[in-house]
Amino acid sequence: MTSTGPAWRRRAAAGWPERFEHLTEPPAGVWMWGALDPVLPCVAVVGSRRATAIGLDIASTLGSQLAEAGVQVISGMARGIDAAAHRGALDAGGSTVAVLGCGIDVCYPPEEAALRDGIVENGCLLSEEERRAQPLAFQFPKRNRLIAALAQAVVVVEATERSGALSTARWAADLGREVLAAPGSIRSTRSDGTNRLIRDGARPFLDVSDLFEVVPEMAPSRRVRSKRSLAMPRLDPDLEQLLLRLGPDPVHPDAVGRVLGWTAPEVAARLTALELAGAVMSLPGGLVARRV
Amino acid sequence: MRGLEGIPVTVEADVANGLPHVAIVGMTDRAIQEARERVRAAVRNSGFDFPQRRVTVNLAPAEVPKEGTGFDLAIALAVLRAAGRRLSTRGVAFLGELSLDGRLRPIAGVLPMARCLVAHGVKRLVVAAGNAAEAALVDGLAVYGVEDLHSLVDHLEGEAQLQVAVRSSLPANQGDSGVDLADVRGQAQAKRCLEIAAAGGHNVLMTGPPGSGKTMLAQAFGSLLPDLRWDDALEVAAVYSLRGAFSERADVPLRPPFRAPHHTVSRAGLVGGGSGLAMPGEISLAHRGVLFLDELYEFPRGHLEALRQPLEERAVTVVRARGAVRYPSNFVLLAAANPCPCGHLGDSTGCRCSPRQLAEYATRLSGPIKDRIDVVVSVPRVADRELFDAPAEAPGGEVRARVDAARARQHARASQLNARLSGKAALASCRLAPSTRRILGRSGERLRLSARAYFRVLRVARTIADLAGDDRVGDGAIEEALRYRSEAAT
Repeated sequence: MTSTGPAWRRRAAAGWPERFEHLTEPPAGVWMWGALDPVLPCVAVVGSRRATAIGLDIASTLGSQLAEAGVQVISGMARGIDAAAHRGALDAGGSTVAVLGCGIDVCYPPEEAALRDGIVENGCLLSEEERRAQPLAFQFPKRNRLIAALAQAVVVVEATERSGALSTARWAADLGREVLAAPGSIRSTRSDGTNRLIRDGARPFLDVSDLFEVVPEMAPSRRVRSKRSLAMPRLDPDLEQLLLRLGPDPVHPDAVGRVLGWTAPEVAARLTALELAGAVMSLPGGLVARRV
Repeated sequence: MRGLEGIPVTVEADVANGLPHVAIVGMTDRAIQEARERVRAAVRNSGFDFPQRRVTVNLAPAEVPKEGTGFDLAIALAVLRAAGRRLSTRGVAFLGELSLDGRLRPIAGVLPMARCLVAHGVKRLVVAAGNAAEAALVDGLAVYGVEDLHSLVDHLEGEAQLQVAVRSSLPANQGDSGVDLADVRGQAQAKRCLEIAAAGGHNVLMTGPPGSGKTMLAQAFGSLLPDLRWDDALEVAAVYSLRGAFSERADVPLRPPFRAPHHTVSRAGLVGGGSGLAMPGEISLAHRGVLFLDELYEFPRGHLEALRQPLEERAVTVVRARGAVRYPSNFVLLAAANPCPCGHLGDSTGCRCSPRQLAEYATRLSGPIKDRIDVVVSVPRVADRELFDAPAEAPGGEVRARVDAARARQHARASQLNARLSGKAALASCRLAPSTRRILGRSGERLRLSARAYFRVLRVARTIADLAGDDRVGDGAIEEALRYRSEAAT
């Protein structure tokens, strides 16, 4: 059973998350709604609000994989990467904690009401603001320090140079938490922030197995899917050839057709065949990318 | 006239003793009341006497509202006859506006009127010389083009003969709208989609960043459509004639019309409207042709909702103060839109829209309209290098030949285009093999197709197979059609 409503938890009271004590200035108390498991390992998954489809896919997959490995997924319930990570964890039947930048009674972003209910049911909402505090810009960096404190490791999935996720990464580094960042193309502005983190010493995040070392409690034996398990059944040679030309970066079908010297109908039909086989995904703007 | 339908009006006049006065009765509008002055001056200036007595003109049937200046000529002749001139007007219809000096002016709507007259058994028609070519398009009608009232009276008194206007031969090579498909570089997928749309009559949405060539593709689309049949061409010209825009069709009567209203168009301008009885709007001017809506999302939502009935019924009923009018509106909808408010989603320059803007943008098109768009294709920006170095493109003529052949197959099978097939008929006509059905079943789960989307895919796949000349819809056609489903691109 979860609690019936938000409850104020004073510092050092029973159920106070001990990890907050790692902060030089821990909050005097926090509003909590739901159940925060004190034993389960915690990993934060954060990133841009304006995420690419691929970023969202990575975040929700990671959320699910962490949940399956018995890890509590921490994030900020913002649009984009944060919401995708929470959702992934809930989809896999796991527990997830959302640290809010607004008051605990405020649903922000408003369209995530259903997600919010899901988190209360299978995890916990947490906020140090007044109950009805509106989401104001200066509250978010403060919130980020709580995310960093709660987690043993922080994975930044996608972040531009000015993303708030980088502030979470800085807090995490200051607190001695491991920071991982998913690398992106060096041409993509959407991955500027994560690429810089890697340059500045963050671990590259390629796969959920990169977390095993950091979070030893994670059980690699438990249904953690690796890339290999997505291997295709044998494809016909044309599809094989098409798949070789596709990477995780979105491309337009016309460009693929030009490289392969195929007509538009051929490209279209074969792309659908690959999509049905789960090897390719369609993205906004009519682009396609290989699913990894 | 009421829409494209009308009834012949008999004009009768009586001259009686009394103070000089002219009364025109029979549910007339202002233009007809003013005919009094025009007719009086025209009769006098043509060298005839206008009776200086009490003149009553009746337009029968008297209970039907009438409008326009086309009755001037008939009123003048009725008055002259009543005043004692022996004019043989039996079995002849007259249409035309008089100028004060007695010359005859062309009027709007002569073509649909001529069609109605023929339907009511009239064999001879007199119109202004400027309307003669238009009226002569109708079969079974001897048309006389007349310069002025005087020469017409001479003819009717048997003193001179007028020439019957003959239908001018059709201008050769009506082929294109100026843009050939081969003029568009790259855009293989978009061109393919237009070919499919032209063959099956499917509605298309093109999305792409500004400057990627959507407008040019749309213009080229017009040149892919086959010529109209004569009857259809006449129907199209009749709609134009009502709007007084017959001259736009005069040179290219057989080419399907291409209308591209700007998004600031009023709703009445788009679907039809006006005071009294509604005039045809852009969607009816696009009848049997193409309605191109550029910047689709900039059109007010109400406008797009108003397209539902026309898209469904291929005709539109517009109700105005003086009654309901039905106009045909059987068009292919070709729409273009930016993929997002800033226009750069999926483009290398990157999109600057907030998630909320994107979500809001996606909902601007209501479900019922989306449901009627069979093909969605993205039009990427083409690199400069490609614009200049690309290999020569297939000429539009080749594509048009394929389109013609595919249309012939559809008519032989169902006597209608694939886009108009009901879901059940589409499924039956596809004759899917069990393995192909399995692909479709799998796509339903994996791509989350709705039932409507499923039938859209079938219709498009049917057209793809028709283009290839196949009786059965195979795996390839289904797979290709799935790629153009709306869910993939938006």
